[in-house]
Amino acid sequence: MTTEDASRLSIGGRSFGSRLLAGTGKFASPELMSDALKASGCEIVTVALRRADLSGSHDPFANILEWIDPKNYLILPNTSGAMDAEEAIRLARLAEAAGLPKWVKLEIHPDPRYLLPDPVETLKAAEMLVKEGFVVLPYINADPVLARRLQDVGTATVMPLGSPIGSNQGLVTRDQLRIIIEQAEVPVVVDAGIGAPSHAAEAMELGADAVLINTAMAVCQDPVRMAKAFRMAVESGREAFEVGVGHRSQTARPTSPLTAFLEAS
Amino acid sequence: MATTSSQVDMALAGSLRGLDRLTALLSPAASKRLEELGQLSQAITQQRFGKVIRLFAPLYLSNECINNCAYCGFSRDNPILRVTLEEKEVQQEAQALADQGFRHILLVAGEHPKFVSNGYLEACIRRLAPLVPSLSLEVGPMEQADYQPLVRAGAEGLVVYQETYDTDVYQAMHTAGPKKDFDWRLDTPERAYGAGFRRLGIGALFGLADWRVEAISLAAHTDYLLRKCWKSQITVSFPRLRPCAGAFEPMTAFDDRSLVQLIAAFRICFPDVGQVLSTREPASLRDGLIPLGITTMSAGSHTEPGGYTGAGQSNLHQTTKGRIQALEPLADSDQLKPRQATGQFDIADHRSPAEMAEVIRSSGYEPVWKDWDAAILKHE
Repeated sequence: MTTEDASRLSIGGRSFGSRLLAGTGKFASPELMSDALKASGCEIVTVALRRADLSGSHDPFANILEWIDPKNYLILPNTSGAMDAEEAIRLARLAEAAGLPKWVKLEIHPDPRYLLPDPVETLKAAEMLVKEGFVVLPYINADPVLARRLQDVGTATVMPLGSPIGSNQGLVTRDQLRIIIEQAEVPVVVDAGIGAPSHAAEAMELGADAVLINTAMAVCQDPVRMAKAFRMAVESGREAFEVGVGHRSQTARPTSPLTAFLEAS
Repeated sequence: MATTSSQVDMALAGSLRGLDRLTALLSPAASKRLEELGQLSQAITQQRFGKVIRLFAPLYLSNECINNCAYCGFSRDNPILRVTLEEKEVQQEAQALADQGFRHILLVAGEHPKFVSNGYLEACIRRLAPLVPSLSLEVGPMEQADYQPLVRAGAEGLVVYQETYDTDVYQAMHTAGPKKDFDWRLDTPERAYGAGFRRLGIGALFGLADWRVEAISLAAHTDYLLRKCWKSQITVSFPRLRPCAGAFEPMTAFDDRSLVQLIAAFRICFPDVGQVLSTREPASLRDGLIPLGITTMSAGSHTEPGGYTGAGQSNLHQTTKGRIQALEPLADSDQLKPRQATGQFDIADHRSPAEMAEVIRSSGYEPVWKDWDAAILKHE
């Protein structure tokens, strides 16, 4: 008999050894993407449906899915490109009809510049997709109330952003993330803005259950080595969280305290 | 007052904002620091768009036009060979492009309500939608209500270049037809946005007015649209005048170095705005521009209706005052060389889409053919 390993990530009734989720955009070639995914150790890979062929015709000019072996990775379709709930729901259904997993990374960002998610439409779509039996992982701003509302309608995770997608700014929303993590009953995946392995480690030390990495891995001199660096950062951040990182203090704490003599007497 | 080198420093560092920043980056002082501009532009482009170049092709539906524009081969008074493709011919052309890999096609037509009616455009879009995931339009400006059926039929992008933002030059260039109305054209992207287009393309035709003034005006327009049409993806283009029927010569100089400076300055000031580069430019320059700030390129283009498959040859004619004039039969000695409709301008980069894709790969970028799925939008 095996027991569920507490150090594993559990989402939607499935268990994963890696706490790094990877995106597939922006790579210089599909070969490089494939190698980087492998080096990252990730088990969940998200793919923009707008770049994939959903017709089943194996379009050689839109073959991104053929570079991601479903035996090695859970393919997480994402609804990037959708501007409202209706469009996102339609995309999720199409992905399922095309034979992809009934999982969806729900992304609804009407503003193509900062790609910030629309909270109203995201909640609406999440509710509907959960009812239809999808495992829903919603991308949201770092809003603790919205995170709870989504949790209440049955999403499998919440995926708050650290900073805008692709910005590499790190955990600008750190204080809000802390509240979301404290209150969450579903896994919290920090989804956007992680630009360096140190940011990923910081999110994990904070208590995030996982992080999603894309731009920082895809756009650098050596995506494969960077993927490895992120893998190690996520692992070390998680280890540190499980052990319990020491409290920070504004003042020094001497290892030989001044009042120790009182104890000796 | 001339921009100083220290102002260029401030512009590069981001301590100048908005149009002041762009103006400094376009200045003669900044032109001496092209490499710095290029490096920053590349880094921003890769971070925002990734190491990818999106590919598309134009499909010319018709070269009929009721306007007279001094620089354009389709001008109504030019005695060129004209044709409007029939719907099935449009499909034949689109299929040829799809077979080469294109999943994004720009439908282009001159402005002529009699030949290029709204009903015709809608029928073409409906016919192509099952073949091509992403369809954009570059046609005569319309009322918002007239755009809506085209969006419902499956078009998601609209391109309209102001040509020049200098109103005096604009009036001098556009001597007849509805295009004479500067403001009607300027407001077109907003009407298109109101009708539901998701991607809006704007630009100026460089070579008509001072390039720096033109660029700053284009930037002001871009900035306005980013605020007003906040749900749309904006792209800009900096086409330069090419030889065409009518033998119009550029009025102002705009050399390659200036084009590079413009591309970099726009990228630095508008990190999220796509930049489109056509086959107007020669191969060597296009190759050099791939890693600098461009995000979308056309390839293997023809600017004449029927250019990809020879469609429409049996309907070629000339048009005088809106009336079709049949062509004289070809002499026996000319029978072997079929006649073709006249193109809008000469293409400078004749490489095939497959060759272009290979060049993009060898530059360290992935050519992306499909970046949109029509399924996102609800079709009626």
